[in-house]
Amino acid sequence: MRPMYRSTRLLVLTVLLLIAALPVRRSFAAQTEKPRYGGELVFAVGGTPPSFDGHRETTFAMLHPLAPHYSTLLRFDPQAYPKIVGDVAEDKWTVSRDGLTYTFKIRKGIKFHDGSDLTSKDVKATYDKIIFPPEGVASARQASYGVVKSIEAPDPYTVVFQLKQISASFIANLASPWNFIYKADILAKDPRWYEKNVMGSGPFVFVEHVPGSYWTGKKNPNYYMKDRPYLDTFKAIFVRDTAPRVAAVRSGQALIEFRGFNPAAQEDIVKTLGKEAVVQESPWICNLTVTINSEKKPFNDPRVRRAMSLAIDRWNASKALSKISLMKYVGGVFRPGSQFATPEAELTKLAGFRKNIEASRKEARALLKAAGVPEGFSFTLKNRNVKEPYEVTGIYTIDQWRQIGLNVNHVMQEEGPYFNDLRQGNYDAAIDFACDFMDEPDLQLQKFLSAKKSPLNYGRYNDEVLDDLYDRQSRLTDKAERLKVLRQFEKRVLDEQAYQFHILWWQRIVPHWTKVQGWKITPSHYVNQDLRDVYLK
Amino acid sequence: MTMAQETARAARTRASGRRIRAWLRVALRFARRRPLGAAGALIILVMLAAAVLAGFIAPYDPLTTDYAAMLQAPSAPHWLGTDAFGRDVLSRIIYGSRTALIVGFCASFLGASLGTVMGVASAYFGGKTDLIVQRFMDLLLSFPLIVLALVVVAVLGTGTLNVILAIMVPMIPRAALVARSSALSLRETPFIDAARALGFGHARIIFRHLLPNVMAPYLILLTAFLGQAILLEASLSFLGLGVAEPVPAWGLMLSGAAVEFAERAPWMAIFPGIAISVSVFAFNLFGDSLRDALDPKLRVS
Repeated sequence: MRPMYRSTRLLVLTVLLLIAALPVRRSFAAQTEKPRYGGELVFAVGGTPPSFDGHRETTFAMLHPLAPHYSTLLRFDPQAYPKIVGDVAEDKWTVSRDGLTYTFKIRKGIKFHDGSDLTSKDVKATYDKIIFPPEGVASARQASYGVVKSIEAPDPYTVVFQLKQISASFIANLASPWNFIYKADILAKDPRWYEKNVMGSGPFVFVEHVPGSYWTGKKNPNYYMKDRPYLDTFKAIFVRDTAPRVAAVRSGQALIEFRGFNPAAQEDIVKTLGKEAVVQESPWICNLTVTINSEKKPFNDPRVRRAMSLAIDRWNASKALSKISLMKYVGGVFRPGSQFATPEAELTKLAGFRKNIEASRKEARALLKAAGVPEGFSFTLKNRNVKEPYEVTGIYTIDQWRQIGLNVNHVMQEEGPYFNDLRQGNYDAAIDFACDFMDEPDLQLQKFLSAKKSPLNYGRYNDEVLDDLYDRQSRLTDKAERLKVLRQFEKRVLDEQAYQFHILWWQRIVPHWTKVQGWKITPSHYVNQDLRDVYLK
Repeated sequence: MTMAQETARAARTRASGRRIRAWLRVALRFARRRPLGAAGALIILVMLAAAVLAGFIAPYDPLTTDYAAMLQAPSAPHWLGTDAFGRDVLSRIIYGSRTALIVGFCASFLGASLGTVMGVASAYFGGKTDLIVQRFMDLLLSFPLIVLALVVVAVLGTGTLNVILAIMVPMIPRAALVARSSALSLRETPFIDAARALGFGHARIIFRHLLPNVMAPYLILLTAFLGQAILLEASLSFLGLGVAEPVPAWGLMLSGAAVEFAERAPWMAIFPGIAISVSVFAFNLFGDSLRDALDPKLRVS
């Protein structure tokens, strides 16, 4: 019996070792596979760039074709997101003891595509444009750098940022993929030059743009990383509608679409490509919220808003909608799974997040009755005329509200009129979205601040308690203390006042051809788009 | 009740019975002579009945989602399957006939009526009025039907009322053109001269004397427009410019998830597609037969 027992043990051990070795071997192989130089990457983009200026735009349709042409001061390490490393700045930087002075050393030998050297003067000019834009120059993320007092360039390879107060998110904000480094001399002549022109220091040089059709770039032979990029050229093809975009990937006309597809498209692509397909998945720092016009009756009553949130069964939505759309994760104001996310046990105590939906709806009906809202009360839900995931979410939300006796008229609008109505308060309730490049409270909470402080707040309310909590958390560098304040913020915005409330957070699914190597999915479709590590197998 | 009253009542009953029998005879004759038109009329009647009785005959509420029954193939509980939200496709088609008919009837009735009045008035007044009205109609006619509808929706926005207006506008010049050509010959007839000589006002001549005489082309236009209007409503909804989800509408059922799940759940697109085709076909058949029946030249031949 004893030898047999030993041999069985040996066999089991061998099998276990083999099983354990399989993924290790595969990942080892993947890591050590020598990247191949050459070739053209063709990828699809579901939109067109409104302008070429990363500092003013907010759409991935600008970022995906243009990011390969530019460098940023810092960047997220795509292999270890959200780790931050230097791009034109060296990987190490110094922070003064009081936390108010940040000093960065700029790498030597970085050249713009016109052959000139990139120095601290260019970094200063770039950040001056972003943080203190001249009149008539739009800067979409100016508010994120409100803590910056001044930017100095004491020598050609040193940049110093002076802050007014301590900021927990400052370094992460400097890794923003939108902050392309522009040439100071060009900005001095015309600060809006980059809206219509391209000239950076990134891994690819601009070649051609045919509006509405495609965008091409070729390898920058003078890129500061001598062994990058691997590709000779890239071509971004603009395909607005989902069905032809899916068809482009299925047919091989495009090898990848970086933003992501829904599960149905993924299934189609995988079915067509078979072994030639690989699917990368990730949670996404994007969500859809319901924004309510707090100036209109009866929505100015917190009981009505709370009832509207209580009616939505997010847990069932997660199961159902994740099969047909990008919507998937139940979460509060922070992305589920992120370091700031509220644990499920705490989340389920907030209005609309409890698992007993019948009890929630009973409370919702009682609140509506107490607020004098009659059964069958009608109002309008404004939504963007975009099928995925806006229409899907609109249909779900309307159905949920029907179950507490609310009768909703769904109005789907094109982007222009939709945002116009939201900004002017010409709506009752609306489906709004938020996408960020990182999990950072300073970014995610901005849309909940008082309307007078945040242009992103379409709810038209002012709440000093929220503003104060925001300022407090932004200055706290102790994580536990910060989380405590963040929980208070979340409770007030989602539970007590229910000004705006999340439906679900998105799932990011990128099915692509196995030929495309060296690209790793992150929770943001804004990050890791410079293509410098991408190669074709 | 007096004897006289009873006699009068009996006479009225007999008269109404005679009228019904006369209508039945006309219908039977129409069916015998134009069986295709009769088939079209039957389908339209079925559609009308479905629209009116949707609340009684639809097996499910068209808006109720059932995520446990998402994308179910046709089966005993769901004869035509379910969509991506678990909604019953048959119920949505039945309720969708309401949207199709409301939009179709309103848009074609308003378009054909306004166009006919404008065409008749234009022919009656002649001269500069006719010239200006006709050039304006030519301008509208230079745009394809769908393009003009898209322009109207782009200006006014989406929603049932705006879709009706969007479909109505391109129909006006088409109706005006037909009505004008009929009214031009009528204008020269002696009874119109007589009406003028008797001092009747323009409005009276147009509404009491000219319009009733262009009823035949008007009715033909109305039925022809109905099919077109249903198709146009479906096209606008398919393009996301018609009525918005979750309102049940055939064109809307063909778009969105139906496109994405076309391979996995083809019933989501097939059945509403059949509903659109059959209804447009029915209106075209009925319209053609009605034209044949009302056209004196064709009647003689």
